[in-house]
Amino acid sequence: MSTGFKTSEGFQVIKSWMASNGNEPFKFQEQTWAKFSRGHSGMVVAPTGFGKTFSVFLAVVIDYLNHPNNYKKGIKLLWISPLRSLAKDLAKAMSEAIEDIGIDWEVAVRNGDTPQKVRRQQERLMPDVLITTPETLHLLFSQKNNSRWFKSISCIAVDEWHELIGNKRGVLVELALSRIKLLSKQVRIWGITATIGNLDQASKVLIPFPDLKVVTIKAREKKKIKVIPVLPDEVEVLPWAGHLGRSMASKIIPIIHENKTTLIFTNTRGQSELWYQILLEADPDLAGLLAIHHGSIDKKLRNWIEESISEGLLKAVVCTSSLDLGVDFKPVDCVIQIGSAKGISRFMQRAGRSGHSPYEVSKIYMIPTHSLELVEASALKEAVKELRVEDREPQILCYDVLVQFLVTLAVGEGFSHEDTLNLVRATHAFNALTDEEFAWAIQFITQGGSTLKSYEQFHRVYKDDNGLFKVKNRRISMLHRMNIGAIVSDAMLRVKFLSGGYVGMIEEFFISKLKPSDSFVLAGRVLELIHIKDMTAYVRISKSKKAITPSWMGGRLPLTSYMSHFLRKKLSDALEPGIRERELKFLHPLISRQAKYSQIPRANEFLVELIQTKEGNHLYMYPFEGRLVHEVISALIAYRISKIKPLTFTIAMNDYGFELLSDQDIPINESNIDMILSKENLMDDVIASINAAEMASRKFRDIAVISGLVVQSAPGANKTNKSLQSSSGLIFRVLEENEPNNLLLRQAYTEVFDQQIEEVRLRAAFDRISESKLIIKRSNTFTPLSFPIKVDRLRQSVSSEKLDKRIQRIQSEIYKKTKV
Amino acid sequence: MNYVEKEIHINNQRLILNNLRAVFWADHKSIIVSDLHVGKSKHFRKHGIPISSKVQESDLERLHFLITLYKPERLIIVGDLFHSGHKDEVSIFKKWLERFPLLEVHLIKGNHDRISSNSPAVNNLYIYDDELKLTPFIFVHIPIDAVKDFTISGHLHPGIRLKARGRPGITLPCFKLCKTQLVLPAFSLFTGLATESIRKSNSYYAFTDTSFYEF
Repeated sequence: MSTGFKTSEGFQVIKSWMASNGNEPFKFQEQTWAKFSRGHSGMVVAPTGFGKTFSVFLAVVIDYLNHPNNYKKGIKLLWISPLRSLAKDLAKAMSEAIEDIGIDWEVAVRNGDTPQKVRRQQERLMPDVLITTPETLHLLFSQKNNSRWFKSISCIAVDEWHELIGNKRGVLVELALSRIKLLSKQVRIWGITATIGNLDQASKVLIPFPDLKVVTIKAREKKKIKVIPVLPDEVEVLPWAGHLGRSMASKIIPIIHENKTTLIFTNTRGQSELWYQILLEADPDLAGLLAIHHGSIDKKLRNWIEESISEGLLKAVVCTSSLDLGVDFKPVDCVIQIGSAKGISRFMQRAGRSGHSPYEVSKIYMIPTHSLELVEASALKEAVKELRVEDREPQILCYDVLVQFLVTLAVGEGFSHEDTLNLVRATHAFNALTDEEFAWAIQFITQGGSTLKSYEQFHRVYKDDNGLFKVKNRRISMLHRMNIGAIVSDAMLRVKFLSGGYVGMIEEFFISKLKPSDSFVLAGRVLELIHIKDMTAYVRISKSKKAITPSWMGGRLPLTSYMSHFLRKKLSDALEPGIRERELKFLHPLISRQAKYSQIPRANEFLVELIQTKEGNHLYMYPFEGRLVHEVISALIAYRISKIKPLTFTIAMNDYGFELLSDQDIPINESNIDMILSKENLMDDVIASINAAEMASRKFRDIAVISGLVVQSAPGANKTNKSLQSSSGLIFRVLEENEPNNLLLRQAYTEVFDQQIEEVRLRAAFDRISESKLIIKRSNTFTPLSFPIKVDRLRQSVSSEKLDKRIQRIQSEIYKKTKV
Repeated sequence: MNYVEKEIHINNQRLILNNLRAVFWADHKSIIVSDLHVGKSKHFRKHGIPISSKVQESDLERLHFLITLYKPERLIIVGDLFHSGHKDEVSIFKKWLERFPLLEVHLIKGNHDRISSNSPAVNNLYIYDDELKLTPFIFVHIPIDAVKDFTISGHLHPGIRLKARGRPGITLPCFKLCKTQLVLPAFSLFTGLATESIRKSNSYYAFTDTSFYEF
């Protein structure tokens, strides 16, 4: 580090300010400040709690103190954060620092929660530091004369980049950076991220601009994480999936009492509602000290809960990934994870929510919901020790986001063909965009795609006399602004008490199945449905004991491939557990039963079980690749078997393996298993075995909303858009018939292959299987590995029958009515 | 055009259900359809959502085919002929109607039809505000329960969801028959379905491109 920087006035001011608070800068903070002062951009990698925020924020402050004349009036630091909940506390911390240091900056937040009045004030005079979300930033782009606000920016900080890079919100950020970079010549871009597998790539995706000098600064400091698996009283040798739960409540209560404040993470909103009830039943004294927090709970209530945690008023909070990130709650000294966390980085992130100050140890208890999850606990312990975290793959060529961005620009200041193509191509996501594809996007927004050419009345965007693409119609502008963003939620209804008072949100899909006077659980309360009116469900407190817990869609998290690697390893170790592996020793009865009746697959073995019971013939395979991949592999195996002999199967699966059940003999033996599990013709067989059109139609839902083909229904605003409601499935069908070359359709298929089928991972799995020793075991009774799959409710049948055949079969089998 | 039929008898009248989403009332030489939503795709385009108007053209072609197939004297539309009530929609339909100068068209107004009852500039278009009685049936738009007379209606876009063991289930459009009412599927293909699970007290005539199924 040059002495020049260390003696600079700005650095001295900050250093003495920190010293006056009893702090000393971390090495990575000083590095960041120095690099920033020399005009670098870069990426800061540090665990939570070590002052990542201040590394970038103070860098700008120091540079301002040293060279105040380089800074113009208006926004100096633009802070992009994926979470709204973070913004308030961040602004508070920054404002306090600024006041202490004694500069006259204003820090302001602008996001979906900002009132209209404040927004208008900001538009007249922008603050010096603006904290915002990717969506709100794009909303700013849709305002008239918006580029004047961005010309003064010296630094853009992208916080929690690891949360954005893997999804379409990351693409929104990439596009926004590219645009601001054109408007402000002096801009430096800094990303802030937790450790992920592909850091180098993450940095290149965020800052792909060749004229910026980019550095990566890694904190040496490490967060210590202590993983404590909680063992049930006895091991069930045939573990039921997810049914261990209730009995574990008695183990959780003492943990809550031992610690000051505990966060209890569940994987779905439904589970969090369930556990809230279970814990209250187990210890009624917790009433008032236990809260529930998830995405469907009223914002005000959530804010209140978050504040109460900060003030240490709550003993415990049952939550979902809604509290994965965000504000650091000082009092939290313990985290409990219920069930599998499905991924190493998610697990570590959650663990990091406790023991917040830098040198404290983060403590995380793992509560298994079935015995086999103890293997997962053991796997997680090892992964945490080795610090092996997953990659986050950046998204590319999201035509839906491109279309949205172009309309956003057209609603705002208008855009020209050539400049915008360059702007878009400068990003990582659209680096490979061809001229034809861009021309298609333009045609799509001006003429509605190739089939609509001849229709005069379609004018989403038109080209004015100066060659600028613009939106003229106010209604279209309004509709577009309401739908900016890349988060697609299901149609949600508000839930309100008849007497007034707002409870939260619930999916239309769920509530439409209820009848008035039915009871359901939301926000930890049992509610009785009275009626539904204007996108609002009116309820009263129910006296009923029995209630339905909503099953929110999209609740199942996929198992990451790193996680499955560690799982296989641990299972193969399980016969000879290490000294410290308490949980594996505990599992011994289960493991030895598996070894006795079948086999424990070693790391270089692949286990196939053929089990005959009264139900029929079961085939089990255990690739340990997670539910989503198993969905594909199971369909593929079913298809390959059906080429030997036509059969109809029922398929069930979990994260470890899958089951094919048939009433007839399954023709699998040692002589043909190689062929069934062969990696030859893999993708051809996959395509033949799945209904790609149906999967693409499901994927198309998000694409249709993001690209503006479907108007997302916002509660309250719904009425005015009623005549524009249509389902994405319908539009998918219409497009397939009329415009098969539509890029949005193609994107849906690409997403199926990349995300649903996970082609890369599937190939890797089959490569691994082809190198493994294939073992077939036969049995007349269920094994510990097969049993949880059997009882898993998520079943589906697969058959090569035609639609009409299927209907006939359902008609005769299930409805038993054959009048035709 | 391929089609299949399914004949049912109600009040001693022969009703022929067609999987092109219409009913031919043989004894009265009438075709009955519901929910054409003429102009829906255009309404979407006007608001910047690109939907091809081929959908609408194919709807009207299908109706044309049915008329040449059954050679009816009457076309009864039980509501929602137009989607948004824009005057363009009315003129599109009237223009199409010129092909059949001898066909009487009876429209029972639906919630989407913002067209004035005394405005038809075409001689053979008759518009009713609430209902049309043609013994032994009453034609209405929104199905009504608990009346003595048998009603034929639309509005719902009925469909059924077949629960297969496991998923995914199958959804199909259908004609829904209760004790005193028959509900027609939406004629337009650019419409959604209001699916319900099968109730024993009702009959459902669901259809695919090639067959009818009764549940």
